[in-house]
Amino acid sequence: MTRYTTTTDDDRREMLAAIGVSSLDELFAAIPDNLRFGRSLDLRAGLSELEVFAHLRDLAARNVSAEDELTFLGAGMYDHYVPAVIDMLMERSEFLTPYTPYQPEISQGGLQVMFEYQTAISELTGLPASNASVYEGPSAVAAAGYLAKLVNGRRRFVVSRGLHPHSRETLRTLSHGYGTDVTEVPLLGGVTDPQAWAEALDDEVSAVFLSHPNFLGAVEDLEPLIAAAKAHGALVVCSCDPIPLGILRTPGELGVDVAVGEGQTLGNRLDFGGPSFGFFAAAPEHLRRMPGRIAGETTDVDGRRGFVLTLQTREQHIRREKATSNICTAQALNALAGVVYLSWLGREGLVELAELLLARTAYARDTLAALPGVRRLHDRPVVREFALGLPVENLQAVERVIERCQAEGVNPGYALGRDYEEFQEGLLVAITERRSRSDIDRLAEVLSRALAAETSGSAEPAVAAGART
Amino acid sequence: MSATETRPETAMQAERAVTIFERGRPGRRAFVPPRLDVPERDGAELLPTHLRRAEPARLPEVSEPELVRHYVRLSRRNFDLDSGFYPLGSCTMKHNPRLHERVAALPGHARLHPLQNPRHAQGALEVMFNLERALGEIAGLPHVCLQPSAGSHGELAGVLLTRAYHESRGETRTKVLAPDTAHGTNPATVTMAGLEVVKVGTNPDGGVDLDDLRAKADSDVACLMLTNPNTLGLFDPNIEEIARIVHDVGATVYYDGANLNAVMGISRPGDMGFDIVHFNLHKSFTQPHGGGGPGSGPIAVSERIAPFLPTPLVVRRDDGTFDLDYDRPQSIGRLRGFQGNYGCFVRAYAYICSLGADGLRDASETAVLNANYLLARLQREGVAELLPLAYGNGRCMHEFVLSGAPMKKELGIKTLDLAKRLLDHGVHPPTVYFPLLVDEALLIEPTETETKETLDAFADTVAEILREAREDPELVRNAPYSTPVRRLDEAAAAKQPVIRQPL
Repeated sequence: MTRYTTTTDDDRREMLAAIGVSSLDELFAAIPDNLRFGRSLDLRAGLSELEVFAHLRDLAARNVSAEDELTFLGAGMYDHYVPAVIDMLMERSEFLTPYTPYQPEISQGGLQVMFEYQTAISELTGLPASNASVYEGPSAVAAAGYLAKLVNGRRRFVVSRGLHPHSRETLRTLSHGYGTDVTEVPLLGGVTDPQAWAEALDDEVSAVFLSHPNFLGAVEDLEPLIAAAKAHGALVVCSCDPIPLGILRTPGELGVDVAVGEGQTLGNRLDFGGPSFGFFAAAPEHLRRMPGRIAGETTDVDGRRGFVLTLQTREQHIRREKATSNICTAQALNALAGVVYLSWLGREGLVELAELLLARTAYARDTLAALPGVRRLHDRPVVREFALGLPVENLQAVERVIERCQAEGVNPGYALGRDYEEFQEGLLVAITERRSRSDIDRLAEVLSRALAAETSGSAEPAVAAGART
Repeated sequence: MSATETRPETAMQAERAVTIFERGRPGRRAFVPPRLDVPERDGAELLPTHLRRAEPARLPEVSEPELVRHYVRLSRRNFDLDSGFYPLGSCTMKHNPRLHERVAALPGHARLHPLQNPRHAQGALEVMFNLERALGEIAGLPHVCLQPSAGSHGELAGVLLTRAYHESRGETRTKVLAPDTAHGTNPATVTMAGLEVVKVGTNPDGGVDLDDLRAKADSDVACLMLTNPNTLGLFDPNIEEIARIVHDVGATVYYDGANLNAVMGISRPGDMGFDIVHFNLHKSFTQPHGGGGPGSGPIAVSERIAPFLPTPLVVRRDDGTFDLDYDRPQSIGRLRGFQGNYGCFVRAYAYICSLGADGLRDASETAVLNANYLLARLQREGVAELLPLAYGNGRCMHEFVLSGAPMKKELGIKTLDLAKRLLDHGVHPPTVYFPLLVDEALLIEPTETETKETLDAFADTVAEILREAREDPELVRNAPYSTPVRRLDEAAAAKQPVIRQPL
C-alpha cells in the first residue's frame, strides 16, 4: 500500500475471494513467464511527501529563473506577470482534474470556458473560427500546414525566415511525413525579402507562412506578401504574438486564412517551455477541416442554453484514419488561463498593455542602440522585442557578452546567431510590463560594461552569481 | 406524462448560462497597467496607423470580483476527479497529488525561461535526465525523448521515427498495421505521417488474429501499432510471436502506452519486443488532465531507432553537467518549440520519486486487482445477463469492456442511457461506444486509487439502474435529471455551428 492506494490486507483478501482467485499473481496469468519482469525496477526507493518536496526544491534552486535575474530573454516565451486570480482558478479541482468533456451534462463549466476562449481568440485574430486550443506555437504552425494540405493537396510550403526557428523546424519535421517540401525566403532589412518571396511562389504552393511581428521583432508590411501568395491560390498562414495583436492589424483584416500562435503570454508561466497552449483560428470556409476540439452552443431537452463538443466527425475518435488531425488531449487548462487573462485585461487593458510595451520597447531600443558600436539590425516598427547588432565578431563573442551580463544578474536576451548564420552578431531583446525604465537603464549599463570588457579582450566571464549550486 | 416533466428545476438548472462577454459593461476593468515611466512618444510615430487594427478586440469588461465569481460558478458546473469516481476507460483517472502542483509552482521551475543557458538550468535538466532514466527503465527501452506534447504527438513521433529508420536503410514502406481495437489516434496519426493504415483483426480471445497478421505482414509494412494490454483490457499472450512476425518482414513494433498502468514493474514493452513506446504522463504518471490537457507524451526507443530521436536531447557531459544536444545529424528534427511540457515532467518525476520501484509495481497490481474486483461485482446476477463481459475468460488487466447489447435488446436501454443515468448518481460514466468492435461498449477503468467501498458503490449503482430500467425504462431513457443541463442537442450544434459569442 502506498499513500495513494488504499487496499488493506483485509480488502485484498476479500477482493481476491470475490474474484475467485487465491493470489494476486493469478490475475497476471496472461503474461507469459518469460515476460514477467524478474527483478525490481532500478529506481530509488519511494520517498515521503516532505522528502520529495525537498528534492524538487533543491533542484529548482539550481536553476536561474526570472525570479533570480533581471531578464530580457524572449524569443517566443516572455516573462509577463500572471495575475493571482489565474493561480486560484487553475488550482480548482473542478478545472484541474476532469478529463475531456465527453459527458457534456456534467462538463458545462469546461465547455463554456472553451466557448468563451474561442470567442476571445476570434476577437483577437479577427477570424471567426477558433478551436479550443492545440499544443503550443510551433506545432500549431505545422497543424496549419496540414490543414492547407487537406484543402488543396499541393506539395510546397513557402516560409519566411522571419518565422520562429522552432516553427520552421517543426513544419519541416511534420511536412516530411505528409510529403510537402519547405522553401525558406530570406530576410532583407529585417523583413521578408519581397523579391525573393515573389520568386519562391508558384501555382504548386500549398501555403505560405508569415509572422506578425517576426522573430526579429519587426512588424512587417504583410499585405503585399499576402496578395502575392493569394495570386497563386496559396493559403496564407500567419503566426502571431497575441499581446501585440491588441494593437496590430488583425490577421482577419489582412486576409490571412489561418492565424496560429503561442499562447504562453496569455496568463501562462514560462515553465521552461511548457505546458502552455497554441491558438488556431481560421476563415469560416475551413471550419470543417480544423484540428482539435471545438465547443458549440446548443440547447437541452428543456430548452436551456448549453454547450457541447461539436463537429466531432472531424476528429480521430470518430473518423480514425480520415480525421483532420490526430490531436486528442490538447491544452484545456492552459487555454482557461488564456481566456481568464484576456478577461482580466479586458477591452481597454489589452490596448493599454500593448501601448506600454510599445513605448518601453522604443525607449529600450533607443537607449541600447546608443551604446558605443551597437546598432539596430533593422529599422522597422517593433512592439515588444527588437534586434541589435553588437560590435563583436561572432556568436561565441555574443554568448560571452551575455554570460558577462548574467554574472552581474542581468540576462540581456537571446543570441540570434544560434539560429541565424546571417546574424552572428545579433542580440534579441524582449520587454514585458515587468521591466521598468530603471531595469532598462540597468541593462544598458551592464551591457555597456560587458561589451567594453569583451572588446578589450579581458578575462573570461565568471559564472553567474545567480547560479546557486 | 413522463417522469421528467414532474420534476422541479434544480437551483443549478435555474441558473441559466451567461458568458463572461454578456456579463461585461463598458468601463469596468480588473487590470490596471503599470505607469508609463518612459518619455511619452507619439503612438503613430512608433507604429503607423496602417499597421494598427481598426478597432480594439471586444474583450469582456469586468471587474475582478465579477471575474472570480463567474469562473468559480462555472467550475461548479463541472464534475471532477476530486469529487467522485471517474472510471473512464483508457484514460487512467487516478488521483492527482497536490504535492505535484506545489513543486511545479516553485519559481525555480515555473519561472525558468526555456532558452536559459543550460549552465543556469542544471536543476531542470537534471529533472529531465532523471525522468528519462526512470521511463527508460520502466519501458525496458533505454533511449528517451520527452518532447512530444501528448500521447497522439508521441505516436506521430513514433511513426516518423519508423519512417526515418526505413529511409536510412534505403527502404520506402507505405503501410502501418493496427488492430481494430486500436485507439482512434493510431490510424489518424498514420495518415498524418503520410502512410496507409491496414486493419488487423481480433481473434475470439480478444487478441491479435495471428493468421490475419501473417497474411498482411509483408515488405511494404513499416510498423505495427499495438496497445498491450489492449483496449479490451486483455494482455495479448502471443505478443512475442506477434513481434517476431513483424520483425521478420523488417518492420518495427510500436507500443501505445495508454495502458501502461497495468504493467509498471511487472512486464516491460522493451522485453516484449517493442521498438518504440510512448508514455502518457497524464495517465500513468498522474499529471492532472485539466479538462482536456495539458498532457505529455515522451517516447522511449531501442538502440537502432535512437539516432533518429527528435532534437534537442538532454545529455550528461563528461564533467557531470547536463546539457542540451542539438548536434544529431540523423534526427527527424523538432516536433514542437523548446523542450516539451516541462511542468508535466516535474509532476511525473515527483510521482516516481514518491512511489519508487515498489510503489509503481503496487500501483499496477492494485489497478489490476481493482478492475478484476469490479468486474466480478458486475458479473453477479441481475447485471451479468444484461451487461456481459465482451471478451476474455472472466479476468482482465487494469480495465474491461462490457457489452450493453443484451440490455438494449431486453430493456430497450442503450449504453448511452445507462451512462446518462449514472450522472444522476454522482458518478462519471465509463468510456462508451469504444472499442468499436464491441456492440454498445462500456470500457471501465477504476484505477488503483479507488477504495473497495467506492467500487462496491458503483456496482450497486449499476444494479440499481438496471432494476429501475426493468420497472420504468422511460426513467432511464430520459436521464439525466439532476445535472446543470439535461440531454443536449448535439445534432443541432453540428448542423448550424455557433462556436463563438455573437457580439
